[in-house]
Amino acid sequence: MCGIVGLFLKDTSLEPQLGNMLTDMLITMTDRGPDSAGIAIYGAETEGNAKLTVQSDTPETDFAKLDNDLRKRVKGKVSMTIKDTHAVVSLQADQVALAREVLAEIRPSVRVMSHGSTLEIYKEVGLPKDVADRFDIRGMAGTHGIGHTRMATESAVTTMGAHPFNTGIDQCLVHNGSLSNHNSLRRKLRRLGVHIETENDTEVGAAYLTWKMQTGSTLGEALASSLDDLDGFFTFVVGTKDGFGVVRDPIACKPAVMAETDQYVAFGSEYRALVNLPGIETAKVWEPEPATVYFWSHNAAPTAQEKAA
Amino acid sequence: MQTFDLEAQGLRALNSALHAQSADTNQTHWEIVNPKGSHAIAVGLDAPIEVDIKGSTGYYCGGMNKQATLHVHGSVGPGTAENMMSGMIVVEGDASQYAGATGHGGTLVIKGNASSRCGISMKGIDIIVHGNIGHMSAFMAQSGNLVVCGDAGDALGDSLYEARLFVRGSVKSLGADCIEKEMRPEHIAILEELLERGQCDAKASEFKRYGSARKLYNFNIDNAY
Repeated sequence: MCGIVGLFLKDTSLEPQLGNMLTDMLITMTDRGPDSAGIAIYGAETEGNAKLTVQSDTPETDFAKLDNDLRKRVKGKVSMTIKDTHAVVSLQADQVALAREVLAEIRPSVRVMSHGSTLEIYKEVGLPKDVADRFDIRGMAGTHGIGHTRMATESAVTTMGAHPFNTGIDQCLVHNGSLSNHNSLRRKLRRLGVHIETENDTEVGAAYLTWKMQTGSTLGEALASSLDDLDGFFTFVVGTKDGFGVVRDPIACKPAVMAETDQYVAFGSEYRALVNLPGIETAKVWEPEPATVYFWSHNAAPTAQEKAA
Repeated sequence: MQTFDLEAQGLRALNSALHAQSADTNQTHWEIVNPKGSHAIAVGLDAPIEVDIKGSTGYYCGGMNKQATLHVHGSVGPGTAENMMSGMIVVEGDASQYAGATGHGGTLVIKGNASSRCGISMKGIDIIVHGNIGHMSAFMAQSGNLVVCGDAGDALGDSLYEARLFVRGSVKSLGADCIEKEMRPEHIAILEELLERGQCDAKASEFKRYGSARKLYNFNIDNAY
């Protein structure tokens, strides 16, 4: 079991409320996943800049003067905002690759949670309400976001085993279910040179999507081929810079409920997660079909929605 | 009528109060407000009472029901009416997966659509769905009737025993050992009664009947111990 929530805002006046709304949804899903929790928020963008969200188990030492130390090695401005065990490092987008190399060298115990222009990922072990409080998720504004509460089945309860997983620039993945062929797929991906850090099944799913997209697939194509290449149970929700996508395995035993109004599109593992959203009483509420890829985007017409009616 | 605010009073208090009702109770009509998708609402009832639920419910609403009549004014989560024994459950909205699973008796009416595995392993319950049903419905269904006024998804009636399946619309695919069968007058009569009980205005003549071809391993007497 695990819990997933997602919220994609159509009404920009709700954007300052995004973190608050998502936190309420996330906490409702505590029963489904009390082990760890995480949230991916798509916030403001600064032209030409990128954000690295990094994590450390010893933030006092690792984050001390980290921005200064990075400035010595990378071009342009570097700024850093520390939130508990995480820090968001903003820098020139073209300096990210270099910055990651430098980071690995000067702060080897710092892990990169996410890389993107608008995406920030925060995740830790603990109850969803405590995780949300640590990072003050309620205070965050944004256009859309996804969250996850984990009940671990396939691998250890650790920060790196928590969801969401960063799958590419401004992309992330959360998963409810369990993959049965993750060991063989991990070996295959590692042979192909893909970096996989943990024994977690979802990380393999995330690495698979990353690898597919690096070898020419669009996110939609990667999700569609995941239906063939991943064995097991899954409801995936993926975040992109423009919106989010949903796909369920053909058996579809992992629950999923969607709600849509003029103001938002929302996802929950259960309807309970959606009950406090504005106008939910009159929202269109439905379950996404199995083996169907859905996308909602700020920049394009929604896909697969006709199947949802 | 008794009104119960689930959000204020809690699930345990609700189900305790409903379980305390006996056959000769004077409190025959209950209204539950603020269900807000909660799980296990009105499970294990065993009294001839009416319960109106004003909103949508989560997992297992009305599970194991005996005698009681439940009316959900919203949609229901997974496992609604699971293992129902008798009585009636009417859902105004849609039902999530495995509605009516393993039900032994009673009537489940879903006025919207039902998701996957509707009536899985049903053992005597009658399920009437006004809309469509999802994949793997009536898997291993043993007895009872499943009526679908809309369409059925993939693998309808896989490994079916003696349950009757009536579908008005299309069937995406039939499961192993499930076949279309002749609609004889006795089936029309059964279906007409079911449609009336399920408050459907559909005509029995518009439906097709599906059932077991009885070709699987366990139907062959040579395989008996």
